[in-house]
Amino acid sequence: MDIQTRDRLNKVIMYVILTIMAFIMLVPFVWMILTAVKTNQEAISVAPFYIFPQSGWHWENFATVWKSYNFLILYKNTLLMIFFRVVCACLTATMAGYAFGRLHFPGKNLMFSLVLIQMMIPSQIFIIPQYLMVSKLGLLNTTAGLVFPGIVTAFGTYLLKTGYEGLPMDLEEAAGLDGCNIGQKFLKIMMPLTRSSMVSLGIFTALFAFKDLMWPMIVCTNSATTTLSAGLAKMQGQYGSDYPAMMASAVLAVIPMIVIYMVFQKQFVEGIATSGGKL
Amino acid sequence: MQKQKMTARAKEEARWGWLFILPTMLGLIVLNFYPVFNTIYQSFCKTGDFGKGNQFVGLANYKSVLAAGETWQSLFNTIKYAIIEVPFGVVIALVLAVFLNQKLKGTTVYRTIFFLPMVCAPAAVAMVWKWLYNQQFGLFNNVFHTNIAWISDPKIAWISVGVIGVWSVIGYNMVLFISGLQEIPGDYYEAASIDGATGINQFFNITVPLLSPTTFFIVQTRLIGALTVFDLMFMVMDKTNVALEKVQSIVYLFYTYAFTNGNKGYGATIVIVLVAFIMIVTFIMQKAEKTLVYHN
Repeated sequence: MDIQTRDRLNKVIMYVILTIMAFIMLVPFVWMILTAVKTNQEAISVAPFYIFPQSGWHWENFATVWKSYNFLILYKNTLLMIFFRVVCACLTATMAGYAFGRLHFPGKNLMFSLVLIQMMIPSQIFIIPQYLMVSKLGLLNTTAGLVFPGIVTAFGTYLLKTGYEGLPMDLEEAAGLDGCNIGQKFLKIMMPLTRSSMVSLGIFTALFAFKDLMWPMIVCTNSATTTLSAGLAKMQGQYGSDYPAMMASAVLAVIPMIVIYMVFQKQFVEGIATSGGKL
Repeated sequence: MQKQKMTARAKEEARWGWLFILPTMLGLIVLNFYPVFNTIYQSFCKTGDFGKGNQFVGLANYKSVLAAGETWQSLFNTIKYAIIEVPFGVVIALVLAVFLNQKLKGTTVYRTIFFLPMVCAPAAVAMVWKWLYNQQFGLFNNVFHTNIAWISDPKIAWISVGVIGVWSVIGYNMVLFISGLQEIPGDYYEAASIDGATGINQFFNITVPLLSPTTFFIVQTRLIGALTVFDLMFMVMDKTNVALEKVQSIVYLFYTYAFTNGNKGYGATIVIVLVAFIMIVTFIMQKAEKTLVYHN
């Protein structure tokens, strides 16, 4: 076999494996959508078993669950939680990252080792006391309660510190000569240059908050205050046997992030690759 | 050591430094470091009835947690879950990453598809898989004409849940592998091709050793992720599922005691056991790193 045929054969094998894997990855998504547009009778029919809806595609199922499970509120709660978590994380992490990456001050190494230690501790150990604090502050069933554990981020601080360290040293020195103080240098010169690290942290924070299930389930037990993830858990517990409704809800819960991912695909993939955080 | 007097400039820099780290450090102390000690303290307490406060009970919680069969069972379940999720999630992702790193057409489309589960909430993902696994009406049993109790037969339910885990993490691992692969200089492969090495030879002699730092990083993060799995388990395994006891993870057990049953002291003790376990695993991983990772 000459090299060209071998290369071609290799390519074919690779395409076959990639396509089979892509098919397996897509099956749950396809089945979720196909079930979502069926009637419940079609969904639970086994003889005959229907792959496709028989009585037309019932897109109105989405409108029905949208109303009956109050998705507007779930979207709003999730969006607010993500927004405040991203703003808080980026703000505190960029400041701390700059100080750790570019400034010299006594106690810096000790403080940074605390940041590193936090990253190594499994987060489950924080949950009970965090819940008790939220409860004492009267923040159960509020957006503030949802945001609470994400106000600061050790991981983000570490990520931004690395970002600031990667910037050339003379930038700051040149600015220093022009009579800027450290705060001005940070705001005008340094912070804008770490935009890509900030985007990575923002995507990571948003995804993490969006996917989290345990915290919203604990602090927002009321379905009017909770997030999409925890809302789904509640629905499954209550109406688990209405399969088209469950699948329509699942579609509604995943669609926003999928659309955002499709639009900002490059940033998502790069963000995950560079941050490499534990999701 | 001689104490140096700080210049005015150094003093100013120190002020700014502390000002900038202050929000983060305060947050970490209140939200993370205090809770660590508080959880340890609570593990020695019994949660008072009707919020009457904590009652110090010494090692009573530890005695009951360590004597309970379900603690060890759930720890064992968690390890079984990790044994499926980590190796399969890593190996499949590595193969896909190597393929997608070739100059093939359409790699972006494949990458997009493989990464898709990563942007979905596990709660939704688990709901869909639960429906796929449904014994009576589910897709799998009806298409393959089987009658398998995928998630309620204790013998196979742990595998079924593990499969969801693998499906969920492949894309994430793959993206990390691709960025690791792109750091391997292309000349290595060119030189190997000239010497007549086949693709498979190149994979084992160049890719695997040079990629080992990335692989180790992924294995370590995924291992800790798998050992703290909760969302999938919680959504797939109902409280009434007969296989629950043989499948539930240690974090699920923690959630049940601390928040469903409201026994914070007992829950805190389970967390301490979990943390101790993870620390042992991390320690072993650090030891293994020296022998497993190829250092240039």
